[in-house]
Order: sequence, then C-alpha cells, then structure tokens
Amino acid sequence: MTATTAPSAPTTAPPGPTGPTVAVRHVLAQIGRYTFLCAVLGFFALPLLWLATAPFDDTPTVTASLPQFTLDNFRALLDNPYALSSLLNSVYLAGGTAALVVVFAALAAYALSRVRVPGRDALLYGLLLLSSIVTGTATMVPLFELAFRLNLIDSRLGVILILSGGLLPAAIFILKDFMDSTPTSYEESARVFGASPLQIMRHIVVPVVRPGLATVGVWAVANVWGNFLVPFLLLRGPEKAPAAVIMYTLYTEGGQADLRLLSTFSLLYSLPVALMFVFVSSRYGFRFHGGIKR
Amino acid sequence: MSAITMRELTKVYPNGVRALDALDLEIADGEFFALLGPSGCGKTTLLRTIAGLEVASGGSVHIGERNVTNLPPGKRDVAMVFQDYALFPHMTVQENIAYPLRIKKVDRRARADKAAETADELGLSALLQRRPGQLSGGQQQRVALARAMACHPQVFLLDEPLSNLDARLRLEARTFLKRLQRELGVTTVFVTHDQAEALALADRIAVMEGGRIRQVGTPTEVFRRPANTFVAGFIGSTPMNLVDARVDGDELVVGRARLPLPEDARGQVGGGERLVYGVRPEYLDYSPTPVPGALSGQVVVVENLGSVSLVSLDVPGDDAAEAPGDAGSTGDAGTTGAGGAAGDAGGRTSVQVVVAEGGEPTPGDTGWVVPRPGRSLLYRDGDLVTVAEAASVPAPRAGAGVQG
Repeated sequence: MTATTAPSAPTTAPPGPTGPTVAVRHVLAQIGRYTFLCAVLGFFALPLLWLATAPFDDTPTVTASLPQFTLDNFRALLDNPYALSSLLNSVYLAGGTAALVVVFAALAAYALSRVRVPGRDALLYGLLLLSSIVTGTATMVPLFELAFRLNLIDSRLGVILILSGGLLPAAIFILKDFMDSTPTSYEESARVFGASPLQIMRHIVVPVVRPGLATVGVWAVANVWGNFLVPFLLLRGPEKAPAAVIMYTLYTEGGQADLRLLSTFSLLYSLPVALMFVFVSSRYGFRFHGGIKR
Repeated sequence: MSAITMRELTKVYPNGVRALDALDLEIADGEFFALLGPSGCGKTTLLRTIAGLEVASGGSVHIGERNVTNLPPGKRDVAMVFQDYALFPHMTVQENIAYPLRIKKVDRRARADKAAETADELGLSALLQRRPGQLSGGQQQRVALARAMACHPQVFLLDEPLSNLDARLRLEARTFLKRLQRELGVTTVFVTHDQAEALALADRIAVMEGGRIRQVGTPTEVFRRPANTFVAGFIGSTPMNLVDARVDGDELVVGRARLPLPEDARGQVGGGERLVYGVRPEYLDYSPTPVPGALSGQVVVVENLGSVSLVSLDVPGDDAAEAPGDAGSTGDAGTTGAGGAAGDAGGRTSVQVVVAEGGEPTPGDTGWVVPRPGRSLLYRDGDLVTVAEAASVPAPRAGAGVQG
C-alpha cells in the first residue's frame, strides 16, 4: 500500500516491499508509544501542575488553570497562627525520628551483619512483619494507652519514639543489606592495625555505608513528614501539631475546604522534602568508590 | 627476635571443620616464608591465626619471645596485606598509608611525613591524593604494602599477594616483592596456591594439605626431594612422574625396564617390594635410539612450552610379574591426588619428559628416556624412602577431619 509510493530509490529494480512497510510500521509504533506516554505523563503531572499554579491563583478551583497571579494566598496563610510553626514542628519530629532511626538501625544492622546470631533471619523477617502493624491503625488504641501510662501524651518525644519504633525494623533490614555487601576485609585490616570496634565503626563502616545511611535518613524523614495519624492522636493542641495535622484544619467557616489556603500550604509543605532529596543526592549520592579488586 | 613459633596449633571451626591439625612450625627471624597448598588446605587459616583474626582452638603462637596466642590482632605487632588489598575506598592514598599511625595517635603532621616517606620508597609519591578506585591493580598493591610498612611491624603477613594481578604484572611484582623483603629484612609469611610463586619468592616453603604440613624446606629441597607423593605432585610446573616399580635385587623393575636403585634407597628396601618410582620430567633425558637403562614407549602427545617441549610417552607395564591385588602397593599415591601418572588398567603408564628445542619427536615415534643419576626417588606408601632425617615431617593424617 504505502510501500509502493515510498520515495526512496525508485530506480532500483524491486523496491523490496518489506523495507518501507517495516519503516512505516516502526514510525507508527513510535507515535503510538509517545502518545500513550504523554497521556500517562499528563495524568500524573496534572496534580503537580495544580500544586504549582493554584497557590498563585486568585480564586483557585480543583482544576488546574492559568492563574490570575497574586501572592495574597501566602499573606493569608501567614495570618494563620499555626501554619509556619507547624512546619517547624514537622522538622523537629522528622529530624528527631530520622536521627534516632539512623543511629540505632546502623548499630543493629552492623551487629546483625557481623555476628552469628541463631535465627537471625527469622528475627529480622518477624520484626519487619510486625513493624507494619506497629504504626498502623490497628494498634493505635494500645499505643495510645501505652503513651498515656508513660506520660508521653502531648509530647514530641512520645511521637518520635513511636514513629521510630515503627520505622526501625525496615531500616535495619535495608541497612543490613548495605553492611553485608561491605567486605569484611576492610574491618579486619583496621583490626590488625589495632583499631577498636568503635574506631572501626567510625573510621571505616560509617563512611563506607554512608549512601545507605543517607537512604534510610531520607526515607525516615519522608515517612514522618507524611504521617498524620500518630501526631494527630498523641498531640493535643495545635501548638505542637506538625504540618500534616494542621493541613486538616484549613477549612472555611462554612466547613468547606479552603482551597486558597490549602493549595498554598500544600506547596510549602512539599517543598522541604523535595529540597532534601536534591540536597542528599548531590551531597551523598549513591556512589561507591571501589578499592576492593574483584 | 621476631621469629614465629607455632606449637600444636589447632583450629576447629564451629561447624566442626578442622582447619589446622596440631601444627608445629618455626619461621626464622627475617625469613621470607611461603605457606603453599591447594585451596582448603588451611594455609589462609594459619595466616589469619598468626594475625589474630582467628582464635586458635589449641596450641600456641609465639612471635619473638612473646606468647601472642590470646592477644587481639592489634597488639601483636603484625601487619597484614589482604588478597583484595582492603584499601579504604573513602580515604586517599595518603590517608590509607597513614591509617595505622592514626590509630597509634601519631599527630597529623608526623603522619603525613611518614606517609610521604613510605610512599616515596615504593614509588607512589605522585598518587598520594588519589583514591584507591583511581589506581591500577599494581598500584593498589603497593599502597597496601606501604600501609603495612608504615607502622614498622615485626612481621608481615601477605595473603595471596600476587593473585589479583594480571600475568605480566605478576612477574614484575614478584621481583619487586622479593627485593623489598630483602631490603626490609622483616619476617614475612605469605600464602599462595601457586607453586611457582612459592619457589620463586620464598626462602623456605611449607607445603600444606588437610590442615597439616606435609613438608617444610627450601625451594630446592622441596623441588628436588619431595618428602611424599603429595608434595611431589604439587610442586613443579609439570608434575613428577610417579610410576609403579618393583625391587629386584640391586635393581628396580619399572615397566619392562631395569633401572639402578636410587642411592638413598639402597639398603632401605627389600627384594620384591612394590614401591612408587618418582622422577621429574626435567630430570629425564630423551633419546630417539635405544640406550641401556632406559624406559621406552610410544610418544603420544608433544606440548610446546616455548624453549622446551613436554613429551608424553605410553610405557607398557611390567606384565611379566603382574601380581593380583597389587593396587594397594601404591599406597596413597593415587588417593592424595599426586597428579602423577599411576598405571592404568591395561598395564600402561604415562611418563612425561622435557625435551630441549630441536630434539622434539613426533607423536607415534618410539622413544627412550634415561633418568639422570641422583635425581630419582622412591616412595613407600606415599612417603619418601630415604636415610633417616625425613622422619621429622609429621606423619600423614589418619582420619583427622572426623574428630572435630
């Protein structure tokens, strides 16, 4: 069909019906593929587009549209007494939890990776399984009860401890993998030179598994940043509430979601996490220098 | 002062594997000592036990006058170079070399000076600010050596020092290593599975098998007079010919040939006794024409080794006096995997001979090989038949692996 009208080399005796047909089919397939990809991309990009435009829109709706540019929404948000302090609260909670998780997971993973503990793998998988329950909705009542008995209601420490408990098993699991892939000859080499276990940890192990520590830190921060249920239940007043909880309070007097405030706050809420990803990946990057000849 | 003495050294792993079996060994001060053996023979375990990375299950290790058996690795005053070099990937070459001094709390400036000085000795000055990942294999090895030298230990321990280098570099590194050891004069123990490496580098070699030492000696001793068929088959780039033989008066019947009895064995063997006759391919002379006192056979394979060729001959067996059940007479020649040529079922035996260039036969020819005087050996039940002395070598193990 189209093959016969192909402009390429009409002089050569047989045009070779397969050649041009295949080429056309290839082009059509490419067009189809890119159309599909564009549709998928648009589908996922629209919410982000909304997030980028709505905060600057005079009258934002639930659809993404070219904004009537204004910064009034930000001014209105600043009038909300808890908006900015809630972001700071989120930083406290996320930072505290991430620090706790990284330190304890690193120590536990190192020990689990290097010491022969009977039933080690079973222990690890068991923990991993249970951890998905610990911070889950199912255990909220007992956790609340526990926090109440320990006087940890309305305290940031309580939230940090409970969130850390939920994240630790998975963090240990991830880091143990990093530790396992670090050759023991590094540590043995340092031992022969007389380094103590803590020196080995500080000089050798931590720098070598730094990409793993960064991964776990980022992952912990992102988890806490998005967690609503635990701080919502354990923190009483809005003074200590993190951004995820404050977002829940942004309603108009009529009880409808205040889209102007909500979109603006969403933007501010998502920026720190995005920046953290950029910073961590440029600072620590997932590279391995080598030095072991394989 | 930094000799290493091991007495009854035993290492049994938790899973019951007996890696070292009541091992006695003395390494002299300043000696370049090789631990040689096939994989799994315990040589690396022995090295790690000297380093303190493995704790001995029994026996003792002394370095100089000190009993270090229960000291942690850092207190033994040894330095180890690992097979993979184990350079810290996040530190520069300078920081790597200075690391032992950092542990010893030497101040920063002195550390940098010492690192620069050591690097200079090994020709690494231009690389001080690089990271290990940016170095070639040979450079990495020299950095690892520099790091070991920087803390002036009493003993160097090298685990397979040349195995991670490519063939040409390996020869270069071998010469370099030997010269370095000579200049430093520090007791050095290295592990290798490559007999050529051990022969070339070491002042003395311990050949190990199954957690025991089968022979200790200078490269010449180990090469010329292997104490047993295991060592005979392991040492030498071409394994020793090990052929069934029978004593007949003052002569030895090998195949259809009658050879003079090796000098050492005179008076040590009885008439009619069945033994294993061993002679290296290098110590046989090939002749295309019949000569007296020679083994004869048909040339099967000719392998060109460059300046020489390795010729394999099929030598017919001693069919005249083939006694039933004589298989036992070879002792553990076959079971230790001596690699030599045990006679096959048809009474044929393969004998290998090294022929100088120009004189190579072609397959199918009939050839005669004459052992050079004083270079052939006799083995009874796998052990060298000789006058006394060889008795200092530990007896072959008997079910040692089972007890643990």
